[in-house]
Amino acid sequence: MRRAAARTTLEREEVIVEVLPPPGTERLLEEIDAADQGPFAGERPPITDADGPAGFEALIEADSKIEPLDWMPDPYRQSLIRQIAQHAHSEIMGMQPEANWIARAPSLERKTILIAKVQDEAGHGLYLYATAETLGVSRDALLDALHAGRQKYLSFINYPTLTWADVGALAWLTDGAAVVNQVSLCRTSYGPYARALVRVCREESFHHRQGFDLLHTMSHGTPEQRRMVQAAVDRWWYPALAMFGPADSRSVHSARSLAWRIKRAGNDELRQRFVDMCVPQAEALGVTLPDPALRWNPGRGAHDFTPPDYDELMRVVAGHGPCNRQRLAFRRRVHEEGAWVREAAAAYAAKHAAGPDTGPAVGSAAGPDAGSAVDHAVGPVAGPAPAVAPGEDAVRPGGGGPAGDEAGWALWEVFVRARRGVSHVHAGSVHAVDAGMALRNARDLFTRRGEGVSVWAVPSAGIAASSPDEKDALFAPADAKPYRHPSFFEPPEGVDNL
Amino acid sequence: MTSPLFEEVLALGDDALVAAQRMAEWCARAPELEEDVALANIALDLLGQARALLSYAGELEGLGRDEDELAYLRDEHEFRNVQLVELDNGDFAVTMAKLLCFGTHQHLLQTDLAAGGSRLAQIAAKAVKETAYHAGHAARWTVLLGDGTAESHRRMQEAIDHVWPYTHELFEGSDRRGRWLARVEPVLEEAGLNRPEDGWAPTGGRHGVHTEALGRMLAEMQSLRRAHPGATW
Ligand SMILES: [Fe+2]
Ligand SMILES: [Fe+2]
Repeated sequence: MRRAAARTTLEREEVIVEVLPPPGTERLLEEIDAADQGPFAGERPPITDADGPAGFEALIEADSKIEPLDWMPDPYRQSLIRQIAQHAHSEIMGMQPEANWIARAPSLERKTILIAKVQDEAGHGLYLYATAETLGVSRDALLDALHAGRQKYLSFINYPTLTWADVGALAWLTDGAAVVNQVSLCRTSYGPYARALVRVCREESFHHRQGFDLLHTMSHGTPEQRRMVQAAVDRWWYPALAMFGPADSRSVHSARSLAWRIKRAGNDELRQRFVDMCVPQAEALGVTLPDPALRWNPGRGAHDFTPPDYDELMRVVAGHGPCNRQRLAFRRRVHEEGAWVREAAAAYAAKHAAGPDTGPAVGSAAGPDAGSAVDHAVGPVAGPAPAVAPGEDAVRPGGGGPAGDEAGWALWEVFVRARRGVSHVHAGSVHAVDAGMALRNARDLFTRRGEGVSVWAVPSAGIAASSPDEKDALFAPADAKPYRHPSFFEPPEGVDNL
Repeated sequence: MTSPLFEEVLALGDDALVAAQRMAEWCARAPELEEDVALANIALDLLGQARALLSYAGELEGLGRDEDELAYLRDEHEFRNVQLVELDNGDFAVTMAKLLCFGTHQHLLQTDLAAGGSRLAQIAAKAVKETAYHAGHAARWTVLLGDGTAESHRRMQEAIDHVWPYTHELFEGSDRRGRWLARVEPVLEEAGLNRPEDGWAPTGGRHGVHTEALGRMLAEMQSLRRAHPGATW
């Protein structure tokens, strides 16, 4: 569309964005792919109470993934909940500074891209709240903690987007910082979080690139546009640097999170990586990063730079940034104003209770390409229920966990069959009052980039999971039957493709 | 000198654009996170339709105006959308009432237009799958709210009463209202809502006569683009 240079095409269901990749970002995408190939669930029985701390530590030591049914130390669970909740809150609070410009976006294409981006952030919030729910805490409880100010979100969200260039600078710098941070987190030790992050990261790199592209266009525009770009970069540079948190020497949680491999790299290392990535990108944009001390240090093989003002960071985290009050008040108001709608849907479902309590009603849905989509739900079907292997996200701790939220929106597990896939694969979960709504929500959330052609939604409460205590009875006998596997039979020499 | 086809395509493009702009106002404000994603999908669908239609209108006009010039550099009285889509969002019930009425109309109209091989038919054929979904989504919520709590029932009835007069304008010069009623009335019935009496029928959108709401909406939508004449974004 705009330039003839080599470009990458990032497809969104309705949004095809061709953008110049910011210099230095290819490696990040490769790392996401590598994390995606890493060790995954379902390859071993869960750690039981009997295995205890030793079993857990051995898995961490072996760089394996911890799964929801595994025994885990309570502080590990609490650290994860704290980190995932803060991440989820940041996704949904981060919608506000950008939504601020949707109505005024200066072209229909930019408006399209911005709506898609803000929508993605809502989707990220959903993936992450669902991930937290695998740890036995409900989305409602987490939202209450956010609204009451007991849990935090990233501090950059408390700065204002004053011009259209801020939309670009925010995406280039803060989504860029998020990508650097989260690419490293894709290798986190908690399986459901790692898998959610792979998905989040792929989408964040679209955000990062569209922000760079927006600034690139403006920085080649009128003098006034160029001034807007520089002013916006001046505003967002330090809030972005602060996203990596305090220096490791001052960080309360860093060391333990690293030991448990919840975090995979320290704050200082990631911040350095981000600065080194931004310098050539700023050059390509023709903007000056607002740090006179920023220069290449050949001795370290890295850029020296002025760290963010950690006292300011702490002030903003404590609630005294320019927009803290406004952002939180907005979020509370949205939640309160939506209460009658959530209650109405739950009341309707209770009246017409063919709901989740009646067992595993599996709906089937076609993807967004299917013609009439007036109602996908086909109600309970006789076909095979989706098999859920031990250790997968769908299995809630204790077989139960949060069954839904206060207003009575139950939790549904979503299984998507990919375009060329043969079977439905667990994709995550949504909240809904009935099968029809669950399918719509699942379709909107998990197939908006055309990922699927068929969706199942299954009430979480209706999934029977094997218990860790039965692991020997259930799975050990299979270990003794190698003859069931084709690899047991050595093909005779010269016989290929058997 | 403009052709009837240009007028028709422009009117449909303006309907979609104004409806998209309103729907996008819900971003970050929906009653539930899942619904935020759903409403954004609908806004994106409508915006995609608007862009295809306005680009085509610009070509038909032959004056070199593209989708953005038509969207951002026309004044209120040059917009040809029906008044229904420009009405303020109101609460979630009003938004769903608007979407039920408009989406059902769009779906019927696009189904008719999609027969044939013209450029407009192609645009309609793509859009018709999307509007089927919009109409279904709105119908579902109309039933949930109408048959939910006492408060949601009251709000949904007020919403239907509020938008009903504006639905007459959708059918000026067409015979689709009968088929439209055949779709909408059963939804209202299932929701336990009264079908409002026909009576007052405000009109004028197709000739550039609008409610006060459109001027405010365009003032916001066009402000940045108009502040920087000739700039590229
Ligand atoms: Fe995000
Ligand atoms: Fe993002």
